[in-house]
Amino acid sequence: MDLSSINPILLLASLIVAATPLLLAAIGELVVEKAGVLNLGVEGMMITGAICGFAIAVNTGSPVVGLIAAAGGGAVLSLLFALLTQFAMANQVASGLSLTLFGLGLSALIGQDYQGVKPPAFPKGDIPILSDIPVLGPILFSQDFVVYMAFFLTLGVWAMLKYSRAGLILRAVGENHDAAHALGYKVVRIRVLAILFGGACAGLGGAYISLIRVPQWTEGMTAGIGWIALALVVFASWKPWRVLLGACLFGGVSVLQLNLQAAGVAIPVEYLAMSPYLITILVLVIMSADRSRAPASLGKGFHAGS
Amino acid sequence: MLKLEKRPQPSQFWTYLTPLLAVALTMIAGGVLFAFLGKDPIVAIRTIFWDPLFSEFAFYYRPQLLVKGAPLVLIAIGLSLGFRAGIWNIGAEGQYIIGAITGAGVGLAFYPMEAWYIFPLMVIAGALGGWAWSMIPALLKVKFGTNEILVSLMLVYVAEQLLASMSLGLLKNPEGFGFPGSRNLNDYASANSWIHQNAGMHWGVVAAFIAVIFAYVLLNRHMLGFQIRLTGEAPRAARFAGVNPNRLILICLGTSGALAGLAGLFEVAGPSGQISIDFNAGYGFTAIIVAFLGRLNPIGILLAGALMALTYIGGDIAQSKLGLPAAAIQLFQGMLLFFLLAVDMLTNFRIRLGQKEVA
Amino acid sequence: MTGTLLSINGLTKAYPGVVANDNVSFEIGEGEVHALLGENGAGKSTLVKMIYGLVKPDRGTMQLRGDAYAPAEPSAARAAGVAMVFQHFSLFEALNVAENVALGMENPPGMRDLAARIREVSEMYGLPLDPDRIVGDLSAGERQRVEIIRCLLQDPKLLIMDEPTSVLTPQEVDILFETLRKLSAEGTAILYISHKLEEIRTLCDNATILRLGQVVGDCVPRDTTARDMAEMMVGSSLLVPERAGGTVGPVLLKINDLSVASPSAFGTSLKNISLEVRAGEILGLGGVAGNGQDELLAALSGEIPTAPGAVELDGKPIGGLGPVARRRLGLLTAPEERLGHAAAPDMSLIENALLTGSVREGLENRGFLKWGKAKSFAEAIIERFDVRTPGPDNAARSLSGGNLQKFVIGREVMQRPEVLVVNQPTWGVDAAAAAAIRQALLDLAAGGAAVVVISQDLDELMEISDHFGALNEGRLSDIRLAKDLSVDEIGLMMGGAHGMEVAHV
Repeated sequence: MDLSSINPILLLASLIVAATPLLLAAIGELVVEKAGVLNLGVEGMMITGAICGFAIAVNTGSPVVGLIAAAGGGAVLSLLFALLTQFAMANQVASGLSLTLFGLGLSALIGQDYQGVKPPAFPKGDIPILSDIPVLGPILFSQDFVVYMAFFLTLGVWAMLKYSRAGLILRAVGENHDAAHALGYKVVRIRVLAILFGGACAGLGGAYISLIRVPQWTEGMTAGIGWIALALVVFASWKPWRVLLGACLFGGVSVLQLNLQAAGVAIPVEYLAMSPYLITILVLVIMSADRSRAPASLGKGFHAGS
Repeated sequence: MLKLEKRPQPSQFWTYLTPLLAVALTMIAGGVLFAFLGKDPIVAIRTIFWDPLFSEFAFYYRPQLLVKGAPLVLIAIGLSLGFRAGIWNIGAEGQYIIGAITGAGVGLAFYPMEAWYIFPLMVIAGALGGWAWSMIPALLKVKFGTNEILVSLMLVYVAEQLLASMSLGLLKNPEGFGFPGSRNLNDYASANSWIHQNAGMHWGVVAAFIAVIFAYVLLNRHMLGFQIRLTGEAPRAARFAGVNPNRLILICLGTSGALAGLAGLFEVAGPSGQISIDFNAGYGFTAIIVAFLGRLNPIGILLAGALMALTYIGGDIAQSKLGLPAAAIQLFQGMLLFFLLAVDMLTNFRIRLGQKEVA
Repeated sequence: MTGTLLSINGLTKAYPGVVANDNVSFEIGEGEVHALLGENGAGKSTLVKMIYGLVKPDRGTMQLRGDAYAPAEPSAARAAGVAMVFQHFSLFEALNVAENVALGMENPPGMRDLAARIREVSEMYGLPLDPDRIVGDLSAGERQRVEIIRCLLQDPKLLIMDEPTSVLTPQEVDILFETLRKLSAEGTAILYISHKLEEIRTLCDNATILRLGQVVGDCVPRDTTARDMAEMMVGSSLLVPERAGGTVGPVLLKINDLSVASPSAFGTSLKNISLEVRAGEILGLGGVAGNGQDELLAALSGEIPTAPGAVELDGKPIGGLGPVARRRLGLLTAPEERLGHAAAPDMSLIENALLTGSVREGLENRGFLKWGKAKSFAEAIIERFDVRTPGPDNAARSLSGGNLQKFVIGREVMQRPEVLVVNQPTWGVDAAAAAAIRQALLDLAAGGAAVVVISQDLDELMEISDHFGALNEGRLSDIRLAKDLSVDEIGLMMGGAHGMEVAHV
């Protein structure tokens, strides 16, 4: 065992890389849940985004086009969920599960020709001057632009929910869809838009894993990150800044256990590998005491005629 | 403009018809998918749904129907009880793994002794293993209100790591030349779940049929089944009727965990034979599709389990004969659940052509 | 009153199986207080939803100040100067007052300006409100103020009020009427929907009466007796329930200093409640919605466990028992919410009969269900309480509100309770069904049961109660003989005016 092989600065920098896909998926799901919809298909949308982004990036040679395709792929898949829950009035839990099962199958099918392929490299986005700051520079300001984008997306979602009229209406729909309908707001339309946003974010998060973090394609490579993102929204009590905090915490756990594996700690690899999931459970237990922040209409179907 | 109109009460007609409609739609969409992959859709569909039952090699495939169907039905029956009550155990895959580990562990502990009581003890251990694994989300939900969906799912990943650890460590075959994986229980007469291997009969098949009958009686004739249905339909009314929601959570999650554990045990002691890293084949997740396709009804689940087993076997045939990728079958199964949920609205809503209501 | 503000010509709206509005026409003048009177199910709600742009008429037209008026959605109605105060509030509990107001406005000012405007207008009209408070923490009366303020901030020409007084004490009603009269004097027309005749006689200039979707007459309420209006509304003369006036027996139900926390986030906790009910007696408990009624019923039904001694039945402590054990001993209850609480909407009437009847009617044997017996029980309820349904196999949700309520009350009454506790037994129920339910409760008491009726309908309580008490913020007033009480006294028992003041304009 050699703990000194772990470089704290590199560890923290890779923590941010590990946190980014989680942050993207969770901030998208937060918006969906704020609109009163529970989409359990995050894992399916992420893996679909991962393969869409990967395939398009390989074929076009452009990782940026890949990211856009990933967002599109996630959004298209989430549209299926929107159709089921908002128009066919299907149960949201069952629909979310079906989305995940479907997404896993779809990605495996698309991805069969991409095993072992190397994607085009993603450019680093060193921010001039700031990235030269010792310690903080390499951790915070020497990342790729998706990291910065995820941060600003979080900022944007927070500001929208707190200060804008659109955010107020979104929260209103999530709190009481009957009242929102009575006031003339288009509940279904607003929810569909939120679901699409969530799908695009999850797709981006998935592509971040396949194009930047790993970077290669393997079947089922999201390995539960989508589910952890769902847990993260609960952990965050539906607050954007706490999603950011939670993403860093979970990113830290997964990076740390990988580093410990590499350093050859006396704990068997399997037990280290299960730690992110166990910690997710632990966090859920601690946070479940306070359910009061959950949007009141969360998970309930809305039909204008009833 | 199409308009949905809520029916005064659920339609009996559509309750029975929607699964068939979903299967038909999936076949059509699946055919399109197979055509995209460059396969003749008619041939592909026939290979999946017809050949396992009626081709010249059907004598070989038909027993497989029992082998693949039994774990699906066994798990789906357990899941359906919880799903009916609005208790979502989606970690059956994990309970299945743990049941296999504990069951096989008990059997291997007796090796090489031969005795009649070894297999029954393994069955008990398998059920207890699955039950204990499902008690984690159950107790956390009862004590702290923790979301059982996320916890049960997280435990699948934990169980997979445990499985890897067991195959590489504690349960590794000491005479296995260093390969991962346990001893093969098929070579150990006292720890074997086969009744008639060539006919596909093993104790898991028997258990699946018993579970179907048991669930049918429970849901239709017993107060507990009524309480389960009532809780799913109207939780407040259930409380008012005197149902203890915590008791129901423990019963539903416990039962589904025990049944999933049993399915794992029967699999490891029969068709699979050994604990290995890739022992689990996703039955725990496919069973979710089976449960919904069977409309959470025991008889329906039996039929849905058979159908899903057919797609597994037919998928294998299509893979070897037509070169259809395995993932296409996985996608096909996912589509089935999609279409089912989509057409399900017909039981509760009527579609009308009419002018648009202000929404 | 100067000219016509809104004229409605031949509005028709049909839903599957029912014509909600059939060729409805009437006019509202500028500044007029116009009553829309009718029973539950007469089509009042559908009509106002059409005026407010929530529902599109199948046929017919509307004119606002002479121009064609056909709002496609509520925002169009609001832009045209039509505002509405809903009966079931269109409020968001987790949001604060200012946010709720902003959601109901077309172009709300910035939050800080809006908060100032809310303070100003609410004080001007005697409806004080703090814009920063979370709506879930407000009382029912305060929530209504939020709705009214939301409307007033938009200077409406027509204000629609759907059953506004059902959540107010008599004192609060007086103050609200003062406010409405002021508004009317300033030129705002008010369409006032109610089935309470005395209120309409005090407040309204004209009345249009609806029955089964049709206009059956109009009148000037001040010049028409309540009895005449009632007959127009119901279509026949009303049966007044008969009281047998049986003898009063020993105390059957006793509550001793009961305090429990509400299980829901925005509920009302019960504080030090004590009462006694004797055999053969009906105790009426009044109070504005949200003052602990649901919690009291849940504490009596066994849904909320309490200290064992806090609830006594026949002298035995039962506070620690669950619903099934209480039913076995003879304490039966019927909650307010029919669909989803008292009955499971998608289950058949047989299954719903089993829901509470399994113990006392012997519908199970060691856990196994006797479906045949359950079916006979359901049929017996349907027969005796005249529940209109094709048969006991039909789902609860397929019944009309009144019929389902008869079924729910009938289910408990048929089980021969020692003590029956009902919450809002006739809420949303047509007059004939309401009369039948009240008669059943009176008969039950005459037969020696102790009955507790929790209701927000004071007329109902005065009609059937022997004793009366009122819930206010989770506390119970003194219990007094019902026949000695005046409306003013009742209002004070319910908490008086709750901080409302007469409008300052």
